[in-house]
Amino acid sequence: MLKDNHSWTIEAKSSLIDLKLREVWAYRDLLGLLVRRDFVSFYKQTILGPLWFFIQPLFTTIIFTFIFGNLAGISTDGLPKPLFYMAGITAWNYFADCLTKTSTVFKDNANIFGKVYFPRLIMPLSIVVSNLVRFGVQMILFLMLVAYYYFTGASFQITWAIALFPVIVVLMALLGLGTGMIISAMTTKYRDLAFLVTFGVQLLMYATSVIYPLSTAIEKYPAYSWIIEFNPMTPIIETFRYGFLGEGAFSWGALGYATGITMLFLILGIVIFNKVEKTFVDTV
Amino acid sequence: MSNIAIKAENLGKAYQLGQIGTGTISRDLERWYARMRGKEDPYLRIGEANDRSIKGESDIVWSLRDLNFEIEQGDAVGIIGRNGAGKSTLLKILSKVTAPTTGKISGHGRIASLLEVGTGFHPELSGRENIFLNGAILGMRKKEIQRKFDEIVDFAGIERYIDTPVKRYSSGMYVRLAFAVAAHLESEILIVDEVLAVGDAEFQKKCLGKMGDVSKGEGRTVLFVSHNMQSINRLCNKSLLLKNGKNIGFDTTNRIIEKYQEAQSKFQELIISNKYVSRLRFNQIEDYLQIECYYQNCEDFDFPFLGFIVSDIYNNKIFGTNPRIKIPEIEIKKSSRGVIIAEIRNPKLLNGTYNLSVWFGNGKDDYFIGENILSIQISDMINLDKDVSPNDIGSVYPTVDWKQLDNL
Repeated sequence: MLKDNHSWTIEAKSSLIDLKLREVWAYRDLLGLLVRRDFVSFYKQTILGPLWFFIQPLFTTIIFTFIFGNLAGISTDGLPKPLFYMAGITAWNYFADCLTKTSTVFKDNANIFGKVYFPRLIMPLSIVVSNLVRFGVQMILFLMLVAYYYFTGASFQITWAIALFPVIVVLMALLGLGTGMIISAMTTKYRDLAFLVTFGVQLLMYATSVIYPLSTAIEKYPAYSWIIEFNPMTPIIETFRYGFLGEGAFSWGALGYATGITMLFLILGIVIFNKVEKTFVDTV
Repeated sequence: MSNIAIKAENLGKAYQLGQIGTGTISRDLERWYARMRGKEDPYLRIGEANDRSIKGESDIVWSLRDLNFEIEQGDAVGIIGRNGAGKSTLLKILSKVTAPTTGKISGHGRIASLLEVGTGFHPELSGRENIFLNGAILGMRKKEIQRKFDEIVDFAGIERYIDTPVKRYSSGMYVRLAFAVAAHLESEILIVDEVLAVGDAEFQKKCLGKMGDVSKGEGRTVLFVSHNMQSINRLCNKSLLLKNGKNIGFDTTNRIIEKYQEAQSKFQELIISNKYVSRLRFNQIEDYLQIECYYQNCEDFDFPFLGFIVSDIYNNKIFGTNPRIKIPEIEIKKSSRGVIIAEIRNPKLLNGTYNLSVWFGNGKDDYFIGENILSIQISDMINLDKDVSPNDIGSVYPTVDWKQLDNL
């Protein structure tokens, strides 16, 4: 449709490797407008407006501090508890939001998708970018907390690994996107997966070093800690904490592993997604 | 070749009936395995044509099958067919909303498709924001929308509400805005489903006018689906007639509409299982028309009577009457069963197909209403030197007394 001389062919089959990225680029304005739509419609007719973005991580941090920190007494590697939890929650939320929202993208947009064509990849991409805005706002909250503890002289330090922050964000986004797209493609036919996702993401959080440091897990459950280590989100969260707070199991190997898995999921996700988008209207 | 805007080759689309997805993982695997070996899908082989009224053997129906056609650039093509003929499926494939099962369709030029107006409108956003969002969904760049913004607002006629969230719009305003955005999309091919059913008459006229400009003035190709033969006739120079997913005619709109009407399985005579009306007949006898209505079980009627309307194939009413408009000048007797005969003297209809709507009742109540229930092929009712279509000069030929006064 947008090739040179405007010739097009619509056929039953298409090549697996055609990722249609050129088409996505042609529709980049739509991406921007969809992100704007999500953001604007989120706080229209609310009193607190964008402040709502703060409330969820704030309260989760408070509750985690009480339950896991004080009541259960799980180690936080010597870091101030709220700081430790908020670091984990902020990063995890971004990944989890990308994953859950992307995984229902076909179902949520069945109406639009059934009536007009645009590169479907735009939708999951816009979700990732919208959530990035939200993540950015929550990062401000986190940084405010960091600044507070810094000036009250708590024991933590910012390390050089903070320079990896952009890489981590991209990894989280792409991992959520890739996994979400694989699931979304399958939910068009098998709805059960949609239930599994909400539930699964919660469970996955406990298999990621969000509420405990990786070092404690290895120390206490050496037989099972491989599950946590194999989880590609673990190195990402650990690196995040190591960068901002100076504690965490950072290694290039683990980060490399996470990057590899992310790329694999992403490419697999796009391929499956592109394959399903052609006929999903008939089955959803 | 370069003039062909759209070309379909052996286009087919199969749908699975009934439940999709539950308990079919094994079947999915089987299909997938067959495809991997390069074999035909085992569940597609046994497909059937899409005919709603017949209970089929297979779970797969072909909504379109082996469809071939070529549309030249600049043509406005109406797509005609009964419900389930495959019109919407064809448009969906063309709009790339869904992929065909077999065959391919190719062409030149950017496609703008309007299967529904206002797709992607967000109720919380203002009219202005929605113009941009909707435009982008339809494939416009931001700059393009900015350039046409004033034109769009002007066409929709909602300038005053442009910064109000669209959820506060009346449904008419909503549709106006949505159509305006779509109509201003720069494209070589415009695909329109029956979206004009909404909106008031004035706006519908405006939309049809805009679409007419698009095809006639700007040389763009238009594909238009509608059940309204009048709009198709007005807008489209050619038409494609679909039946059970197959192309059964592609010709000038006049001929296709006539063909469609003939294929509508209308009769000149009809046995009816109504309590009061048992049989209807509609005949041409030389230069007049005769309607016969057989009635029964009418003991209690003091005034059993017939009303009728004759209309052309575009559903334009030509003439008609009923006893409420003018009491017939004959004496109606009470009778349980009988026949009422209406002879229309010298109606002077041109050759073509005409439909008859029938009403039966008494002064107060309706006992039977059949809209376009009978149809008739009129031939040689009037003596003309040349055969002419009702579409060219109107259905009724006038009685004219010519005079010439010379040397004035």
